[in-house]
Amino acid sequence: MSKSPTPSLSFERFRHDFPFLENTIFLDSAATSQMPLPVCRAMSEHYQLGASNVHRGVYAWSERATDRFEQTRAKVAAFIKAQSERECLFTSGTTDAINLLATSWGESNIKAGDAIVVSLMEHHSNMLPWTQLAERQGAEVLWWGLTPEGELDLEQLPRLLGRRPKLLALTWVSNVLGTINPLERIVPAFKEQGTVIAIDGAQGVPHLACDVGALGVDFLSFSAHKMCGPTGIGVLWGKQEHLEAMPPYRFGGSMILSVRPETQAPQGLRVRWAELPHKFEGGTPNISGVHGLGAAIDYLQSIGMENIRAHEIELNRYAHERLSEIEGLTLFGPSQPERRSGVLSFDLKGIHPHDLATLLGREGVCVRAGHHCCQPLMRHWRRQGTTRASFYLYTTPGDIDALASALEKAASVFEGFC
Amino acid sequence: MDDDLYRAIILEHSSNPPHRGRLEAPTHHDEGINPSCGDEVELFFRVEDNVIEEATFEGVGCSICLASASMLTRALRGKSVNEAKEFYQAFKSWITVREPKPSPVDLDELEALGGVRKYPVRLKCALLAWETFSTAMSKN
Repeated sequence: MSKSPTPSLSFERFRHDFPFLENTIFLDSAATSQMPLPVCRAMSEHYQLGASNVHRGVYAWSERATDRFEQTRAKVAAFIKAQSERECLFTSGTTDAINLLATSWGESNIKAGDAIVVSLMEHHSNMLPWTQLAERQGAEVLWWGLTPEGELDLEQLPRLLGRRPKLLALTWVSNVLGTINPLERIVPAFKEQGTVIAIDGAQGVPHLACDVGALGVDFLSFSAHKMCGPTGIGVLWGKQEHLEAMPPYRFGGSMILSVRPETQAPQGLRVRWAELPHKFEGGTPNISGVHGLGAAIDYLQSIGMENIRAHEIELNRYAHERLSEIEGLTLFGPSQPERRSGVLSFDLKGIHPHDLATLLGREGVCVRAGHHCCQPLMRHWRRQGTTRASFYLYTTPGDIDALASALEKAASVFEGFC
Repeated sequence: MDDDLYRAIILEHSSNPPHRGRLEAPTHHDEGINPSCGDEVELFFRVEDNVIEEATFEGVGCSICLASASMLTRALRGKSVNEAKEFYQAFKSWITVREPKPSPVDLDELEALGGVRKYPVRLKCALLAWETFSTAMSKN
């Protein structure tokens, strides 16, 4: 038994489900998480036991595939406490979900002169769809700035609310700083102005227990591959009333009720769209991906989201303590472990993040370096980038020790040059 | 002990580049961006009678990127545009192959960048300034 500063050692037992971690110190889960064996199995079973399309065939295997597919939708709904599985749309990931939203909801709801609020800590994928929408519609983007600690500057609220914005596009958790945005404070203030609230949950849903009703938001998007699931599958959840009013976004098979030739109709076709959620799911979906997502949810729930969160708070506390001992290391983001997720951005003596990440990589420590798809945030800070270590349920204090010693070694390479 | 990638001469160039700055009236100029990491290099040249009389750079980037840009400004000064283009081709083909053959031109201190071959994702850091040189020459 190795020593651990906290009872989170019990999380060591999950390492067996992740063979990749045997030889690697993986501290880049905010980019993509590792898949545990039960998730890998769920996906390969789909192919090994016979791949069938869903919502099409009438033979038994296809029916079974459809059942399993729709059961996962119900699982997703339960996981985020949605009122109905009809509110959960499968997308290819968070980026796809936000683009769907910005096009379908955005183009029918945002008009010339309207204001939409976007924060400066957004990932490009929750920024560019909205700035592009504003451009097309002649709307205005109001930027929500940050405090020096990297939290939303709540003093800017009167300025933003005073414009009665039509939309707030905000991340739940910052992928650079780990900041957990206080939705419980923010959401009611915007709701009073009639603002629709779309939350980017890519970094939030994998780490925090989620209850969309309690959050009081209108839309939430997230990706499976950051929550122990596969790439290429994600979810857009929206309140039923919004989704029903929105026009379809991707056209093709499965998303219609009927297509009938009719001479009087426009282009000679009378089309009736399918009911929710199928109206938004044209084309063959990522079936094995959906099975993987379902297995990932089972896996996370078998551990318990509260336990995962508690484990990450302990890791944050330990990482903070351990990295603060390193001379010349600056940590970014909120200092209280409770106010951040398992994401830690830092600078070491001004060594360029790519140089630092290369040196850490050489020691078998995988971290991310660069602008993290948040260039406006970096410009605001007059930084080119940061080096980022991010944790998940399988991260151990030993990983953080390895990071700390790799950092010490990296500093010695640049000794005298920074 | 010299690190195989971060050789002392690379760290010297990147921390204290001799020809950093902007030229007032460059005859050739271009900006290069590496979209995946955000590194930016701006190159300035004053070419007279087909000879590169002055070469400077500005930019933000990792030590490999900045050292390569700095070495470029030193290496290309005094060369004719054609010699400089040949030098660029020689350096590029020398650094982008796994088993390098001796270069037809003397690469001098640029050979210190050879360590980058073991880190393929960093190759573009070493080449950014050189690609920018190439586009600057073809643009003007």
